Amino acid sequence: MAAVGDPIGADVGRGGAEGYAADWARAVRRLGFVPLSAAETERLLLAHTVRLAQAVRTEPFTARPAEEVGRALVEAHLTEPRALEWSLRALGTDFPRRVLAADGWPADLTERIAAVQGGLAAGYARALRDRTFAQQERIARSAWQARDEVEQALRDSEARFRAVFTGAAIGIGIAGVDGQIIDVNQAFADMLGYSIEELCRINVAALFHADDAAGMWELYQQLIEGKQDAARVEKRYHRKDGSVVWTDLAVSLIRHDDGRPRFTVAMIEDITERYELQQRLRFQALHDPLTGLPNRTLFFETLGRVLDAAAAADRRVGVCFLDLDGFKAINDSLGHDLGDRLLVMIGRRLAECVADHGHLVARMGGDEFVILVDGGEDAVAVAKTALAAVAAPVHVGDQQLAVSASVGIVECPVAETSASELMKAADTTLYWAKAAGRGRWAVYDPERSARDMARAALVAGLPAALERGEFVLHYQPIVSLLEGRMLAVEALVRWKHPELGLIGPDRFIGLAEETGLIVGLGEWVLRTACRDAERWWREFPDARLVVSVNLAARQADDPAIVDTVADALATSGLPEELLQLELTESAVMGSAGEPLRSLHRLADLGVRLAVDDFGTGYSNLAYLRRLPIHCLKLAGPFVEGIRADGTDVAADHRDERIVDALVRLAHALELWVTAEAVETGVQAERLRALRCDTGQGRYFGAPSPAETITARLRGGAA
Amino acid sequence: MPDGLPTEIDLTRPSAARVYDYFLGGAHNFEIDRQLAEQIASMTPNLAATMRSGREFLRRAVRVLLDAGIDQFLDIGSGIPTVGNVHEVAQAANPKARVVYVDIDPVAVAHSRELLAGNDLTGVIHADLREPERILAETRQLGLIDFSRPMGILLAGVVHFVPDADHPDAILATLRAAAAPGSFLVISHSTFEDQPQEMLDAQRLSARTDTEIALRSRAQVTGFFGDWTVLEPGVVHMPLWRPDSPSDVDEHPERFGAFGGVARYDQPAG
Repeated sequence: MAAVGDPIGADVGRGGAEGYAADWARAVRRLGFVPLSAAETERLLLAHTVRLAQAVRTEPFTARPAEEVGRALVEAHLTEPRALEWSLRALGTDFPRRVLAADGWPADLTERIAAVQGGLAAGYARALRDRTFAQQERIARSAWQARDEVEQALRDSEARFRAVFTGAAIGIGIAGVDGQIIDVNQAFADMLGYSIEELCRINVAALFHADDAAGMWELYQQLIEGKQDAARVEKRYHRKDGSVVWTDLAVSLIRHDDGRPRFTVAMIEDITERYELQQRLRFQALHDPLTGLPNRTLFFETLGRVLDAAAAADRRVGVCFLDLDGFKAINDSLGHDLGDRLLVMIGRRLAECVADHGHLVARMGGDEFVILVDGGEDAVAVAKTALAAVAAPVHVGDQQLAVSASVGIVECPVAETSASELMKAADTTLYWAKAAGRGRWAVYDPERSARDMARAALVAGLPAALERGEFVLHYQPIVSLLEGRMLAVEALVRWKHPELGLIGPDRFIGLAEETGLIVGLGEWVLRTACRDAERWWREFPDARLVVSVNLAARQADDPAIVDTVADALATSGLPEELLQLELTESAVMGSAGEPLRSLHRLADLGVRLAVDDFGTGYSNLAYLRRLPIHCLKLAGPFVEGIRADGTDVAADHRDERIVDALVRLAHALELWVTAEAVETGVQAERLRALRCDTGQGRYFGAPSPAETITARLRGGAA
Repeated sequence: MPDGLPTEIDLTRPSAARVYDYFLGGAHNFEIDRQLAEQIASMTPNLAATMRSGREFLRRAVRVLLDAGIDQFLDIGSGIPTVGNVHEVAQAANPKARVVYVDIDPVAVAHSRELLAGNDLTGVIHADLREPERILAETRQLGLIDFSRPMGILLAGVVHFVPDADHPDAILATLRAAAAPGSFLVISHSTFEDQPQEMLDAQRLSARTDTEIALRSRAQVTGFFGDWTVLEPGVVHMPLWRPDSPSDVDEHPERFGAFGGVARYDQPAG
């Protein structure tokens, strides 16, 4: 600030100086920025006015104070050029008149005023130049300093990032879009077993691995073309020492400011252990822990792959489904431990015997193994090899076991099957092989399978058919060979199938026996036959027509059979002596190996008992003698043998002698004899000659509905 | 680097602080700043006067605060403190007055630090008004200002650099909330009210510095004071705010295109 306290000289007109300073202050404030209030500005400029006035008057004259005023104006920030212009002009025009008293004017006033103007201008200019230099210097220094600070901050930041890069446990690598590696950190180098310098000479393309995921390099290509910003894959790398490291690789694209791809940054994490654990878990998930063989899951995966891959090609696929015979017995008798050891051995043998051919052997569970025969090789040959391998004696502990297996073989073009169809067929075929006996193989036969399936469908339909009344009875006459009169009829069941038409008993009775449905069906046959027979008896009492009803083994074995028969008789009102029950030899003997308990009780009801198909089963003549049997029905083959059509006369004679012997035997036991399957008159004649009592067969009439029998009785009566 | 602050010093772009310095007659500026300043000045001859007017308003306002006993100031958007600065004005009246300068321009900050080196009662913070919490935190860290005592918060010609999208109301609320009762808030702010078209055109030019100016109404500017008591004569064109003498006010006080106002935080009754 200026020297405000300068005493105002007596020779200076105070009022003049104040007025001049006030005008000066107003002018500089109007023309430029003054960082002072109006009063402060006025006070400052009054001091300068006084100083200039003194300078003009002082002897000897010097312009030096004017220079100092010029400098002071700059220091007070009165630097507006037009303010300087005003100041200099006012010095020349108003200053002497207003500030200097007229009597005090020096003689050389004009020169002095000019010198003061010059001095003020010089001081002002010098100060302004100094100040400008100083401020320029300062602002430039500030700019550089600010820049330094920013750069320092950037360096600090870079150092921090560098520390992260260098010290990271994760591998980080930077490469150009040309694939040239620019920098990697130590972790990256360590993971791949190279030095940082070595890696920086490598192109990422050199890190290719044959097992790289499909599409991985295309993805990388898209990345460096800027079509993708990041990619993440599991990748295997060859380490420098040749070993392999599995990594989780994440690659990101770094772009230029204008968006062009600039670098790729790869981060890799060593997941070898994790990967191996996964592999181990996967192996465990796909292999049988006991035998180490592929399990069911892996088998189906592989089968699916074979079917998919070869679908287009005209290839064939084969499956051998192998099951040990009687393994349960081995397990039960020798214990599970030995059973398991046996399975391990069998598994190993199977794997060894087909391994050379590249077939897959899997354990499906229990004692079931399956061999996938790929590439159109002979599946039967494979099955034979497998059976032979199994059949070799097995030493388990101190036991020597003879093991056998059964194999179901399916082999067909890939295009015609699916995994589930194939395995279902294999299962069916294995069942066939098992049913055929131990140590066998069977090849899938679609027609047989179709039959099996049709049978199965029939079985499934039986109970409903019985409920819906789809069964009917036909009757076949049994005729006296002596007098030609119809003495009895055999009741034969037929199924009026809604889709398949009339079905004979040969197609469903076996099934009904297997399933146990025969009990219900048999009861229906019994009651229906009794009802029909009762009607005939009432209408034709003299005919005394007997109805003969077949009793299946299971039916006869049922303790309730006696009550059922009694009830059928009571309900229908049929005289008991007009009912004959036919049992096969095996049914008579019963399942316990001794004659049926209920046989006597049935006989006690008063019904007749006949042995059906006599001579084809187990005929224990000793029992026959003691049992309450009334009639023997000679099986068809004996009767067929005496057709006498001349082809084999010797055989004819042999059969005729057998029939003769049987008839004699029966008569000796006081039993009637009925010959079945009598087709011709010659046969009837011969049988009569052999003293056979009754005959049954086409010659005497085919099985026919009850009405036909009624008509025949009516005709006979007429 | 703090978020939102420049991470590079680009001396090929003009800086608002250096342009302002040029308008005030300083030489703390570069060719690029002077070119822009001349360009703006050629379109609006008033602008240099406007800036001087703003500087004078600040000086008068600081005087009023000093008279009210305020001895600590937070000057946000201080620019390059060339002449007539707050610490000069304040310390001339009270040698123990403390001032903290805040600016977003790293060059201005560096310059301020150099200029103020050796003045223990002043401090400089490099920060952005849009991060008021950060400003307050760093100010507390400097330890110059006692937040439990009244202070003066100075926002001279800076709030108009904050667009509405950056929520200036919330920023002001944050700053007010940090002040103790008895504190003052000083704001000068550009406006479109009472302005000719060329003024409005010129403000578009300012987009060539790093910052663009948001012109606001008197009501909006008044709103920045919140519930504080606005001192007489209210939010007015800057020359009208308590002039040194009536002769300092000419016939067109609106020509500077900016409002000035001062408010006090009165302790709520009860």
